[in-house]
Amino acid sequence: MLVSYRWLGEYVDLTGVTAEQLADRITKSGIEVERVEALERGMKGVVIGHVLECEPHPNADKLRKCLVDLGEGEPVQIICGAPNVAKGQKVAVAKVGARLPGNFKIKRAKLRGEESNGMICSLQELGVETKVVPKEYAEGIFVFPSDAPVGADALEWLGLHDEVLELALTPNRADCLSMLGVAYEVAAILGRDVKLPETAVNENEESVHDYISVRVEAPEDNPLYAGRIVKNVQIGPSPLWMQARLMAAGIRPHNNVVDITNYILLEYGQPLHAFDYDRLGSKEIVVRRAKAGEMIVTLDDVERKLTEDHLVITNGREPVALAGVMGGANSEVQDDTKTVFIEAAYFTSPVIRQAVKDHGLRSEASTRFEKGIDPARTKEALERAAALMAEYAGGEVVSGIVEANTWKEEPVVVTVALERINGVLGTAMTKEEVAGILSNLQFSFTEDNGTFTIHVPSRRRDITIEEDIIEEVARLYGYDHLPATLPVAEAKPGELTPYQAKRRRVRRYFEGAGLFQAITYSLTSPDKATRFALETTEPVRLALPMSEERSVLRQSLVPHLLEAASYNRARQVENVALYEIGSVYLSKGENVQPAEKERLAGVITGLWHAHLWQGEKKAADFYVAKGVLDGLFALLGLSDRISYRPAKRADLHLGRTAEIVLDGKEIGFVGQLHPAVQKEYDLKETYVFELAFAELLNTEGETIRYESIPRFPSVVRDIALVVDDNVEAGALKQAIAEAGNPLLKDVALFDVYKGDRLPAGKKSLAFSLRYYDPERTLTDEEVTAVHERVLAAVEEQFGAVLRG
Amino acid sequence: MKERLHELEREALEKIEQAGDLKALNDVRVAYLGKKGPITEVLRGMGALPSEERPKIGALANEVREAIQKALEAKQTKLEEEEVERKLAAEAIDVTLPGRPVKLGNPHPLTRVIEEIEDLFIGMGYTVAEGPEVETDYYNFEALNLPKGHPARDMQDSFYITEEILLRTHTSPMQARTMEKHRGRGPVKIICPGKVYRRDTDDATHSHQFTQIEGLVVDRNIRMSDLKGTLREFARKLFGEGRDIRFRPSFFPFTEPSVEVDVSCFRCEGHGCSVCKGTGWIEILGAGMVHPNVLEMAGFDSKTYTGFAFGMGPERIAMLKYGIDDIRHFYQNDLRFLQQFLRV
Ligand SMILES: [Zn+2]
Repeated sequence: MLVSYRWLGEYVDLTGVTAEQLADRITKSGIEVERVEALERGMKGVVIGHVLECEPHPNADKLRKCLVDLGEGEPVQIICGAPNVAKGQKVAVAKVGARLPGNFKIKRAKLRGEESNGMICSLQELGVETKVVPKEYAEGIFVFPSDAPVGADALEWLGLHDEVLELALTPNRADCLSMLGVAYEVAAILGRDVKLPETAVNENEESVHDYISVRVEAPEDNPLYAGRIVKNVQIGPSPLWMQARLMAAGIRPHNNVVDITNYILLEYGQPLHAFDYDRLGSKEIVVRRAKAGEMIVTLDDVERKLTEDHLVITNGREPVALAGVMGGANSEVQDDTKTVFIEAAYFTSPVIRQAVKDHGLRSEASTRFEKGIDPARTKEALERAAALMAEYAGGEVVSGIVEANTWKEEPVVVTVALERINGVLGTAMTKEEVAGILSNLQFSFTEDNGTFTIHVPSRRRDITIEEDIIEEVARLYGYDHLPATLPVAEAKPGELTPYQAKRRRVRRYFEGAGLFQAITYSLTSPDKATRFALETTEPVRLALPMSEERSVLRQSLVPHLLEAASYNRARQVENVALYEIGSVYLSKGENVQPAEKERLAGVITGLWHAHLWQGEKKAADFYVAKGVLDGLFALLGLSDRISYRPAKRADLHLGRTAEIVLDGKEIGFVGQLHPAVQKEYDLKETYVFELAFAELLNTEGETIRYESIPRFPSVVRDIALVVDDNVEAGALKQAIAEAGNPLLKDVALFDVYKGDRLPAGKKSLAFSLRYYDPERTLTDEEVTAVHERVLAAVEEQFGAVLRG
Repeated sequence: MKERLHELEREALEKIEQAGDLKALNDVRVAYLGKKGPITEVLRGMGALPSEERPKIGALANEVREAIQKALEAKQTKLEEEEVERKLAAEAIDVTLPGRPVKLGNPHPLTRVIEEIEDLFIGMGYTVAEGPEVETDYYNFEALNLPKGHPARDMQDSFYITEEILLRTHTSPMQARTMEKHRGRGPVKIICPGKVYRRDTDDATHSHQFTQIEGLVVDRNIRMSDLKGTLREFARKLFGEGRDIRFRPSFFPFTEPSVEVDVSCFRCEGHGCSVCKGTGWIEILGAGMVHPNVLEMAGFDSKTYTGFAFGMGPERIAMLKYGIDDIRHFYQNDLRFLQQFLRV
């Protein structure tokens, strides 16, 4: 809402409060003033001039040589390029020495050899936005009414010595979509009175009922419809002050009748519509829902197809307006209009919102209906419009109002106790302070023993309950006066849940291990949604995605991590190690919330470690990724329950991928990307993993229990076993451990050899075995006995022989 | 003879002093203290002395011997030390060469901010409540006093999946869910961090996915002044002592009264700068007293219970704290961005 400071001053005395100060006060009290704009924009020296002569420029086709009376001294010659300049016009002249917006200084000049002593200005040159300049002056200079006084300050006549406050209104304050609403607000803030406009309608002898009747067939949508007839109007420009106010408010002036409806819309917040009575084509107005497929051409010359969701004003046969949104072209007020039917109605919000949505058509009128108007002021606005049409369009107001009225004003009465106000706010206000605020709001109320009974005026439809009153009191009391306290309650310590605490430990672990935390988008494309996923369902799809790229919810974190790796690589960051903990979304059927499962995933590519001048360089490989995960399982106390099994998974290297198994159940995978996928993402050798993180964290791991530090020496024996190439080290190790139980405490693989010194198809795996008994020192014989058992077992199970 | 012994001592000490290495020193030892050395020789000639002189000369000879011995040992130690130093000097390395890097990752800046805020509120007795990102229309809107058709609820702003299911547009649904779990009994004291989604085109200041942290306190006798005190405490811990906050009236459907909360600018101390756009204040929160409809819908008696709620955007806080200029950085995972958040 754009509010002219000077216009506002007609309703509330603003003496002693500048526009800037007012803006600050309004903002502090609850309505944000986004900016205050001085319409002068630094202009000075612009006067109304009278074009005495206007002839073609001798040396330029598009220029005119004008002789202009500026009301002082001799008339001056001014060269003007505007196509519409003509002899006899009253125009805005920036004199020599004047300043225009942008600190543009007017100097005496010669244009194609002819002297020019000033500039005849268009409204745009005076800082007015093109979209609000009256159409006939949009391409040229502005022409004043013929009675404008020569030599007078043109800016004053154009209402440009003014400031405009731009209010950012929250949806609850639709009452401030009108000058009067703003006036009440400002009056409450300043503690001053509101001066309402005075309206006196002079009616003629005729009766409106002889002209028109009104029937509303959809009272739900239209509880109140009122109208008046004004005849013998003379269509022409509205008074300049009115045009100036409309322009300041961001509305383009058209003609006196239309301008008056817009003026009332701004003043009362009540949208009006003026029909050309003679073009209505009947003597009745019927308000009803449109029929499916019914058509209307609106004022913007667009033909629109209607449905039963839309409300229309009809002449009994066909629509003449899309109710509350835009009039029809068939009944538009035109230059030859003689008789006007003014509509003042209350349309309810839902039906208007639907029309706005369906037709993508938002107007000053529809905005107000959508947010809710005050029906108690509807007829008053109608009266004022009729009076102004009589005054400024030479009209004759036909006696009486036609109306269809099913609206019942339901008085809103709210009671609130002083104790409650102070209790909710934490203040110590007195009865008198609260009463003062309510009075300033012009709410009528009674007070009994600290309890206020308040009759809320209909303009404040946002106030219906106790808390609404508390808020009014609070904001006008001023939040700066609110004390700062802390809740008085039993001191109960806050804490993270065990899950949350563990998750933080895991984050720190991954970061300490050298991975950076990534956060990627949950929305993805259908082809990425299920890729790499541990579990898949039909992807959960948005009803109305903004793009296909972000149309479904992910089921794996890996694809976006790969994108991140790729993004980095494209920017010369070749070594990438990222992890992410985030949800995936698995459908549980239509119209139910999907299962959200937290996953942990990572991507590692490039060098894992480099200390080049000492010759150390380690590229990421499978075992780097696996090692990071091993550390995680150790952290969670799950190491002994985890195993890795070779696995074939889509998009992964078939020989370098493992599924990770916890207690016999698959909980994730780790592996190298398939070369084709590496190529697709423009990546080099890349390793990824993803774990069912929530399951993992919810598995109770081994807790810490102190074991006594060895008191007796242990015996270490190293063995190198030659086995077939396809024997898994893990299986061999497990067999050793089982065979050596319980004296064999540790089995550690320390060498893997394949090559010339072994037969083809064989490899050697070297293990270090540590034997220990917590009760005593083992003898060589005891160790040898167990060791022999181990060797026998691996020979039997794997054909393993000691490497000679 | 006395003179001869003193002379020998002087001579020997001088030679010890001059000895440049262990071999030279050993030569001195052999030359003066050996069996054929001059001191032994002197002692041999003692027979010529009167008997009362002999013990004196004997004692003197021993003193000289000991002095030489001591000097030899001292010199030996010194030479040995010098030898070690020489050896170590030969082993010198360039200490300015780079050390072997320790691989370190770090949390995402949003996690940093979120965890810091979580900890601040945990310290004030809050617990952390998390919930689904795909929500029902009921919890996302209706339970928060945004019935269907409410003007503040624009279908165009939300990612709907079906008419009743959508990606949550704020973390407020957790407030309703948590209150319901309490079955009308206070106190409730939670903060809810998490991802939220809006139908925005991604640009420098908008992201279709972002994070939010909301807080909720419901109990008997919770006052708006408690909200002010709590948020002032929070602002001081997050942005530094001496910060002040101010409330500006605002409107949210789920709170009443509703306020926007500004923190005095931490960059310019309120004098006005580019961070605060010259106002001295930075808007960081929306807050208010929980609307009675919200309390009632979640099963609390709004006559006995009151509450406050607040919400903030970790992206905005991170951008302010670290001077980040583009919200898209948070989701691109550019390592050149991420690795800037290592320091404690
Ligand atoms: Zn600042």
